[in-house]
Amino acid sequence: MSAIYILWLRELRRYTRSRAQIVASLGQPLLYLIALGFGLGPVFQSAGRGSYLQFVAPGVIAMTVLFTSVFSGIALLWDRQFGFLKETLVAPVSRMQIVIGRTLGGATVAMIQGLLVVIVCLIAGFRPVNAAVIPVAIGFMALIAILFAALGTAIGSVLQDMQGFQLIMNFLVMPIFFLSGALFPLDNLPKVLSAVTAVDPLSYGVDGLRTALIGMSHFGVALDVVILCCIATVFLGIGSYLFSKIQL
Amino acid sequence: MAAIIRVENLTKKFGDLAAVKDVSFEVGKGEIFAFLGPNGAGKTTTIKMLTTLLAPTSGRLELDGLDPRTHMHEVRKRFGIVFQDPSLDQELTAYENMELHGVLYHVPRALRIERTESLLRLFELWERRNDRVKMFSGGMKRRLEIARGLLHTPKILFLDEPTLGLDPQTRNQLWTHVKHLNETEGTTVFLTTHYMDEADRVAHRIAVIDHGTIVTIGSSRELKESTGSDSLEEAFLSLTGTTIRDETANSTDQLRQVARLWSGRR
Repeated sequence: MSAIYILWLRELRRYTRSRAQIVASLGQPLLYLIALGFGLGPVFQSAGRGSYLQFVAPGVIAMTVLFTSVFSGIALLWDRQFGFLKETLVAPVSRMQIVIGRTLGGATVAMIQGLLVVIVCLIAGFRPVNAAVIPVAIGFMALIAILFAALGTAIGSVLQDMQGFQLIMNFLVMPIFFLSGALFPLDNLPKVLSAVTAVDPLSYGVDGLRTALIGMSHFGVALDVVILCCIATVFLGIGSYLFSKIQL
Repeated sequence: MAAIIRVENLTKKFGDLAAVKDVSFEVGKGEIFAFLGPNGAGKTTTIKMLTTLLAPTSGRLELDGLDPRTHMHEVRKRFGIVFQDPSLDQELTAYENMELHGVLYHVPRALRIERTESLLRLFELWERRNDRVKMFSGGMKRRLEIARGLLHTPKILFLDEPTLGLDPQTRNQLWTHVKHLNETEGTTVFLTTHYMDEADRVAHRIAVIDHGTIVTIGSSRELKESTGSDSLEEAFLSLTGTTIRDETANSTDQLRQVARLWSGRR
C-alpha cells in the first residue's frame, strides 16, 4: 500500500512543480471554448439546438482529462529516458502496485486539471443544471482519468522513443477526442461515424459528463458507467501486463 | 565459503551479437567481488541479468539460491544497486528521492529518516536536501545515487561503476563505507570499476572479463603474480590488451553505418 501511496505522491509532486505547464495546458481548452463555444454558437442556436457553449463545455472538460491522463501514462517514456524507471523496476514491489500507484497519480493530476477547466468554463459563462450534480460529474471525470491513464501506461510500456509518441498522439489520442461526441451531438450521424463513436470509450465519458452537467443523455448513465468501468479494468490489466514485460 | 551468487554458462545475445558468452563464476557470502573489463566487455549486461532487468538467452543464474527469472520478487528483496547511468527523479528533491526509495524498499519510517540524514551528511548533501535534483552538479547527482543505494541494507549490493566522475575524496568516502558495511553487516558486494586502485583496495576477488568471456578470476595478488606485474593496472592490461574498445560498434555495425550514410545521399 505504501508503495502505491509514494508513487501517487510522486506524480502529484511533479505536477505541482510544473506551474508554467499547468497554466499553459489551460490555454487549449480555453481556445476551444472561445473559438467553438462562441464561434459556432450562432449556427448551433439557429439549428434549434440551444447554446453550443453549454453543449461543448462537458466535451472540453473531457478533453482535458483525456489528454492529461494519457500524457501522465506515457510519461513512462520520460522515466525510461531519464533512467528513473530502473529504480522502480528493481524495487521489491509488485508490478501491479507500481502500475496502480502511477495510474492513480496520473488520474488524480488529470482530475485536478479537469476541475481547473470546469472553473474556466464557469467563468466563460457555462452553467450546469444545478450545483448538486457536480459530484456526479467528478465521478465521471475520475472514470475517464483512470481509464486513459491506464491506457497511457500500457502505451508507455511499449514505446521506446519519441517518434512513437508522435504517432500515438496523431493516430490514437486525437481520434479518440474528435470521434467521441465531445464537439458534436451523436444523433443523426452517418452510419459509419455512428459506429466509430460507439466504440470510442471517451464517447461514454463525454455522455456521462453531459448527462450530469446539462441533463442531455445519448447512451444513458447506467450504460456509460458500466462501459467505462469495464474498459478501465481491461486497460489496467493490459497496462500491468505490458509493464511487467519491460526489459532494459 | 557458501556461494550467494552462482552463474553457470550464462549467455546473452542481442540479435547476432553475443554480449555475454558462456560465463560462469561464483561469489561467496560476505565477499567483495570486482568485475573488471574494458568498455563493452559485458559487465553491465551481466549485472542487468542478475538484477532481474534482463532475461538471459541461456545459462543458469542463482541469487541466494533463487533464480532471478522465476523468483523476481524474492530476488529483488535481496539486493540493492547503484546503477552506472542516472536513475534519479530530477523533479524531486534529494530528500524526496531518498524517501521514495526507502518506502519502495520497506525501510521502517524511523530508520529511514535516521539513515537518510546520516547518508546525506556522509556524502555532503544534507545542506542541499530540499533542492531539486535537476539543480545538482554531476558529482552531486552521483553522490545522491550512491547514498540512495545504501539506504536499505541489502544482502547483496551491486555497484556498477559507482565512482565514475567522482573526486578522490568522495571515492574514498564510498569505499570506506562499503568496506564498513561488508565487515559489520556481512553485505556481499559485487562491483565494477575502471579504477584499478579501487579494486585493488577493496575487492577480495577479481574477475577480468573481456569480449563477453571471463579471462581470469583471482585475488589481486594472484592476478599480479600470474602475469608477473607490479600493479593491478599492469596485470589488467596484460590480460586484456591495450587496444581501445568501442562500446557498440563492431565490424558489422560499421558496415551498417556506411550503408546508412550512402543510402542517405541518394
